[in-house]
Amino acid sequence: MIPFDFEYYKPDTVEEAHKLYTQLNLKGKKPIYYGGGTEFISMARMNNRYAGAVIDIKGIPECNVNKIEKGKLVMGSAVTLTKIAESNLFPLLGYISRRIADHTIQGKITLGGNLLGTIIYKETMLPLLLTECQLVIYGRDGNRIVNIIDIYDRGLNLNEGEVLVQITIDEKYLTLPYRHVKRTKLEKIDYPLITMAAIKDGDNISVAFSGLYQYPIRSLEVERLLNDSKLPKKKKVLQIVNNLGIEVLDDIGGSSEFRKFIMEDMLNQVIEKLQEVC
Amino acid sequence: MIEILEPSIVTLNVNGVDRKVTVKPSDTLLFTLRNELGLTGAKPGCENGDCGACTVLVDGWPIKSCLMLTVEALGKNILTVEGLKNTTIQKAFVENFSFQCGYCTSGFLMVCHALATVQPDANEAVIEEWLQSNICRCTGYEEIGNAIKSTLNQINTMQG
Ligand SMILES: Cc1cc2nc3c(=O)[nH]c(=O)nc-3n(C[C@H](O)[C@H](O)[C@H](O)COP(=O)(O)OP(=O)(O)OC[C@H]3O[C@@H](n4cnc5c(N)ncnc54)[C@H](O)[C@@H]3O)c2cc1C
Ligand code: FES
Ligand code: FES
Repeated sequence: MIPFDFEYYKPDTVEEAHKLYTQLNLKGKKPIYYGGGTEFISMARMNNRYAGAVIDIKGIPECNVNKIEKGKLVMGSAVTLTKIAESNLFPLLGYISRRIADHTIQGKITLGGNLLGTIIYKETMLPLLLTECQLVIYGRDGNRIVNIIDIYDRGLNLNEGEVLVQITIDEKYLTLPYRHVKRTKLEKIDYPLITMAAIKDGDNISVAFSGLYQYPIRSLEVERLLNDSKLPKKKKVLQIVNNLGIEVLDDIGGSSEFRKFIMEDMLNQVIEKLQEVC
Repeated sequence: MIEILEPSIVTLNVNGVDRKVTVKPSDTLLFTLRNELGLTGAKPGCENGDCGACTVLVDGWPIKSCLMLTVEALGKNILTVEGLKNTTIQKAFVENFSFQCGYCTSGFLMVCHALATVQPDANEAVIEEWLQSNICRCTGYEEIGNAIKSTLNQINTMQG
C-alpha cells in the first residue's frame, strides 16, 4: 500500500502533460511523469519517493510510437519492454529488454521509465549510447531534439519539467553485428552484476556497460584500446581492466575485483565473437 | 484527459462483470481487488514485483497487481483466479500435485493460464521464461512445470 495520497492525471497530448506539470509544480504538488510506474510504486510504498500528483504519459500517441520511419527507428518513451522485444525492430535492444526483470514486469516497464529512473543500471541505455541516438524532449519552448551524447552525463540530464517523448535511432545501427552479455550474482532474473552490450560498425567495435559504475557507461578510451589492432588481445584487455579507476562498484552484489574479472571475460568474448569472427 | 483527484467511484471490469468501486488514485490494483472487492485470490507477497503471488491478467496479459495502480486498469478487462472456472490448467494443477501450501498457486495459475491462451505452442525455453516471474517457497517448480506442459499438450492434441 502506498502510504500517501496523490492526484492522477492522464493527458492526451505532450503539451497538456507539460502544462499540467508546470501548473501542479507551481501549486507545490511535486508532480512526476508516470510511465510504467514500477519504480514509483515500489519506492513510494517504502516512503522513498513522494509525489502529490502523477502525470501518466501512456495516453499520449507520440509516446506510444514504435516504428521505422524515414530511415530511423522511432520509439515513444511509453513503449513497454515487451513491445520492444516483440516488435524486434532493434534486436540488441529487444534482447536487453527480455533480460530486464521478468516477462510480466516487462509488460509494464516503459523505455522512458527505465532510462530516467533512479536505479543505477538502466540497461536499455546501453544500446542507445552505442547508437548515438537522438532524443525528442518536450519542455518550456516546445520540442527540442538532442543527441544523447550531448545530454548524457552519468544519466540523462533533463531540465525541470521536461518530458522525454521519443528516441530515434539511425536505421543503419539496427542490423549491425552485436553482442550482449548479462551476468548476475545468482539468479537469471536479477539486477546485473555487469551487463555488456557491443556493436560492430565496419572494423570498429563500440562497447557499453551497466553495473560497472554507478551509471551506465560507454568509454571512448576503452574503445580506443579495444580497437587498437597493434595491441595483442591479452594486453589490450588487461590495459582496459587495469585502467578503470577507483569508481568501479564494490558492494554486496560483487567486489570491484570480481567485477573487473567478469569484465575481462566479457571483453575476451567481444574480441572473439566480433573482432576475430565477423 | 482522465483526472482522478480524490477517492472516486469508478467502474472496473473484473471477471467479465462491471463492478462499481471507490478508489483512491494511490490504491494499487492488488489493494482494490482484495480490500474493496473482496477478491482475495491475488495474494500480497513481496509487494515489490518479485514473487508473482499477486498476478492477475489485464487484457489477457499477466501483470503483477502490486505494481499497477487501480486507476491504470480503468477500461481494461481484469481476470483474477476467481474468474477461472474449470479450466484445463486448474485440473492439471490438481492432477500433478502442483501446490503444497498454496500461497503462490493463484499467481502461478494466472501465468500458466495466460501462457496456454496466448502461446499454446510454447517450447521449453518459453515455458521456463514465463514461469520465472513467480516464486514458490515450497519449491513445487517441477510439478507446476508438469501441469503447464500437460495443459499445453492437451490443447495441442485437441487442435490436432
Ligand atoms: C522486480 C524488478 C526487477 C528489475 N530488474 C531490472 C534490471 O535487471 N535492469 C534494469 O535496468 N531494470 C530493472 N528493473 C526496472 C527498474 O528497476 C525500474 O522499475 C523501471 O526501469 C522503471 O520503469 P517504469 O516505466 O516503470 O518507470 P516509472 O516508475 O514510471 O518512472 C521512473 C522514473 O522515470 C520518470 N519518467 C518516466 N517516464 C518519463 C518520461 N517520459 N519523461 C520524463 N520522466 C519520465 C518518472 O518520473 C520516474 O521518476 C526491475 C524492476 C523490477 C520491479
Ligand atoms: S506481491 Fe506482487 S510480485 Fe510479490
Ligand atoms: S505451494 Fe507453497 S509457495 Fe508455492
